[in-house]
Amino acid sequence: MSELPETLAYTAEHEWVAVGEPATVGITAHAVEELGDIVFVELPGVGDSVTAGEPCGEIESTKAVSELYAPITGEIVEVNEAVVTAPEKVGQDPYGEGWLFRIKGDNAETVLLDAAGYRALITT
Amino acid sequence: MSDSEVLRQTTLHAVHVEAGARLIDFAGWDMPVWYDSATNEHVAVRTHAGIFDLGHMGELSVEGPAAGAVLDYALLLHASKMPVGRARYTMICNEDGGIIDDLIVYRLGEESFLVVANASNAPAVFAQLVERSSQTPGVEASNVELRDDTDRWGLIAVQGPTAAAIVQQVVELEIDAVKYYRIAATTVNGHDGLLARTGYTGEDGFELFVPAEAAPAVWRALIERGQASGLVPAGLAARDTLRLEAGMPLYGNELTAQTTPFDVNSGRLVDFDGPDFVGAAGLAAQAERGAGTHLIGLHIDGRRPARSGYAVSVDGAVVGEITSGALSPTLDHPIAMARVSQNFATGDVVSVDVRGKAIGATIVDLPFRSRPPVPRLNPPTPPTEEN
Repeated sequence: MSELPETLAYTAEHEWVAVGEPATVGITAHAVEELGDIVFVELPGVGDSVTAGEPCGEIESTKAVSELYAPITGEIVEVNEAVVTAPEKVGQDPYGEGWLFRIKGDNAETVLLDAAGYRALITT
Repeated sequence: MSDSEVLRQTTLHAVHVEAGARLIDFAGWDMPVWYDSATNEHVAVRTHAGIFDLGHMGELSVEGPAAGAVLDYALLLHASKMPVGRARYTMICNEDGGIIDDLIVYRLGEESFLVVANASNAPAVFAQLVERSSQTPGVEASNVELRDDTDRWGLIAVQGPTAAAIVQQVVELEIDAVKYYRIAATTVNGHDGLLARTGYTGEDGFELFVPAEAAPAVWRALIERGQASGLVPAGLAARDTLRLEAGMPLYGNELTAQTTPFDVNSGRLVDFDGPDFVGAAGLAAQAERGAGTHLIGLHIDGRRPARSGYAVSVDGAVVGEITSGALSPTLDHPIAMARVSQNFATGDVVSVDVRGKAIGATIVDLPFRSRPPVPRLNPPTPPTEEN
């Protein structure tokens, strides 16, 4: 079982969300295990408006291209440029240095999974 | 995964599970795609050595007085003139010259050949060999025996600059006696087997044919003896990027039933001067009118890998598509092979449609990375550590 911090919220698209103003978003350790070595990350631009559930970037591994989805609706206020230049950071530390972007938005409208809900999702 | 029950397993399956490998369905086999990191495994093969389970590959035995004549007719290869102990890369084509599979053929004896086919194509290749053996001009069916020995053989590759020193510790034969693209019978960890100096990585390396039931013990012996020489288990993902850097085509990507050897820069494999073979008429016609496509190497701008199926264009006109692409771990930039409808010169610039974005790419010579010279072990390296 991959690492799955209890304090974070999750999406069915295998992203984690540190809820707050702004909210920080990354991909889960489970996603990293599925993808393999991350070789390319394309993030949204700072100032972009994003909509919950809509694609807002891409992540590529040695195996496949996957879309990144905005977990909540709002505005991108910061992106992690470090993972653009060193995509392997996402795999090495998905909940820390490998964070992807921060959104200022309305968390209340969005339904996110808690750790137990996400764990159930990936073990079925 | 519930569907793993229907997937075939090599005799090394439990070894991979124990090592924590990530397994995928590859041509109907449950095979390791990586153990820890495909990139690290790739680098290990370039700098030290990697060990691969190739038990899914098809081993087809062709034996008897007419074995050479049957292969001459069935494949592009003039097999009957191969010296015993040699390996040759070749293809089997349909009547039109379309590629059914690419193969390595080993001549084990005057009347004994071993044909190694891709896992996905092995049943089709075997069926074609059977059919063609009965159609070969001047051959009595009783003079050739065909056997699918895939389940009988385990196949383990050890590839990389330290492979010779590692393999020497488990084989009786003197390694230096087996030159590049040769094969010899030897005992492997005490079992009767075959040692071939062949591979699919662009490195010096070996493919060890051992009885399927002996494969786990041979694998463990190699891992144990190879540890000091940097040997790591490597999966199919690393094998794919290694062969791509080496400019080697992959069936299903560069090679298909719709492409002929001429379409993928492999016309050197076609020999019209030898005996008649299936596909000769179609290929001769194409040799006259010229290849339909060319296989090119591309150095892609930026950091983003181009993948199979992405369109390649020049001045807005599509000229072909990417057949394989990856971020090259050795060169540290994206590389790709593409099949295109026109001739390009080294240094020409094209555009690749990477998911809607036009990315620049430059034509480079294949292979992306040249094969280093085969080292000699002489004087033989004594076993390390143990005793």
